[in-house]
Amino acid sequence: MSQTVLNPVYRKRLLVHRVGIALSVCAMAIGLIFLAWILTTLLIKGFGALSAGMFVHDTPAPGSDGGGLRNAIVGSLMMVLLSTAISTPIGILAGIYLAEYGEGNWFAQLTRFVTDIMLSAPSIVIGMFVYALYVAKVNHFSGYAGSIALSLIAVPVVVRTTDNMLRLVPNSLLEAAFALGAPRWKVAMMVRLRAVKAGVVTGVLLALARIAGETAPLLFTALNNQFFSADMNAPMANLPVVTYLFAMSPYDNWRDLAWGGALLVTFSVLLLNILSRTVFSQKTPN
Amino acid sequence: MPTPIPTVTNKNKTIEISGLNFFYGKTQSLTNVNLDIHEKQVTAFIGPSGCGKSTLLRTLNRMYDLYPGQRAEGSIMYRGKNILDAGQDVNMLRAKVGMVFQKPTPFPMSVYDNIAFGVRLYEDMSKGEMDERVEWALKKAALWGEVKDKLTKSGLSLSGGQQQRLCIARGVAVKPDVLLLDEPTSALDPISTAKVEELISELKQDYTIAIVTHNMQQAARCSDYTAYMYLGELVEFGETDQIFMNPARKETQDYITGRFG
Repeated sequence: MSQTVLNPVYRKRLLVHRVGIALSVCAMAIGLIFLAWILTTLLIKGFGALSAGMFVHDTPAPGSDGGGLRNAIVGSLMMVLLSTAISTPIGILAGIYLAEYGEGNWFAQLTRFVTDIMLSAPSIVIGMFVYALYVAKVNHFSGYAGSIALSLIAVPVVVRTTDNMLRLVPNSLLEAAFALGAPRWKVAMMVRLRAVKAGVVTGVLLALARIAGETAPLLFTALNNQFFSADMNAPMANLPVVTYLFAMSPYDNWRDLAWGGALLVTFSVLLLNILSRTVFSQKTPN
Repeated sequence: MPTPIPTVTNKNKTIEISGLNFFYGKTQSLTNVNLDIHEKQVTAFIGPSGCGKSTLLRTLNRMYDLYPGQRAEGSIMYRGKNILDAGQDVNMLRAKVGMVFQKPTPFPMSVYDNIAFGVRLYEDMSKGEMDERVEWALKKAALWGEVKDKLTKSGLSLSGGQQQRLCIARGVAVKPDVLLLDEPTSALDPISTAKVEELISELKQDYTIAIVTHNMQQAARCSDYTAYMYLGELVEFGETDQIFMNPARKETQDYITGRFG
């Protein structure tokens, strides 16, 4: 051992190794410190604000006491569910198209390219886009507009995961289905998609997690509603926007509700992520 | 010389291959192959890796069609029609010319649905009839006894040998004319291999079988005819006994006796 340590080449390599490890541990620590800081503040303030009343009462009027987030919770749920219902079939079908016909086809290549851009598009741009195309035309904010904006964010996530998952299916499995005389669409739907069902579901859940916390696209589309409303064609309260507006308000009870809202959003995103991981690890293709 | 196959020359030809050339892009991998596959007989294709035996098998059900850039020339007559014709209904062809692959490929569904999948493609039948068909196919593949209580379990939960027999059952269930077996036992242990080989002799009574194998003993044990291929050409083709006992070409003899290369 001492003999090898004395070897200058080995000693240099050991030094580089130690410096490298030290640097990466530092980088990780910096990242983790801020994450932990944010989460603890959120937990402390959020749990302090959490109460049963939060789920029963609607957002309070300026200057009044108490109040809750019922309208915002319901609004968020409705918009997220509707946009999931819109984006899941579109995303999965587009993903199937890409995986099935994506080789050497310029239209599919273009779709994949645009999808990648959409994945990293600033969400406020998507909000403005829906504002210009839909809200400005019908002349009012609405839950529908919010759902459309959220769908535009969710679709590329679903498309990409579906495409990537389907490409993992080995050719041998597809050939086996073709060898029985199965037409292409049957092979695609009943064998290929089925083989990676868990992965596709994971993609949908990840898209859900992604849109559950989006604020910017809703500012221009669903806006907010001080009152309880289940009318999707009217402005709709939602957790991210309420959190954003209340956090900047002068009222203590509003700011408490903002912490509570932030906690709810964070936990539902966390829950969705854990759920998607469990689904994926249980039924990954072998 | 023991002759289990009497008067072979008069047997019906199911498939007649003539002047077959095959290309992967610009690379030619089969050159002027001519041979006949006889009805209800087992024809084995042997030869070193890359000699074109799997490629030949994959022309018989147009499997190469899935990949752009692969093409075949010549003629493969099957039931009076050229398989290679552009107008050939490929799905119908594949329903008649089934295939089992090297690695077991159960579909991600139950054992029952694995069998029923192919049947449902071309036949409309009641639940009771389907139950019978599934049982029949599993019995044909000598798997019924092992899986009759696991029909609703995933096909992926079976062992490798069972999975391969499931794939054979799946191929048999659609009642094809011809079964193409592409090294069906190369991923199996000796016991499973023996079961599959037994199965091949059993299936021969109803089906025409073409098998690609790397295992010389397997070819000698299971087949009635043997084709020896090398570098994309058919070197020698004849009755298995004759090929193994008294090959006409020296190359064949060298390969069979292991003196090759």
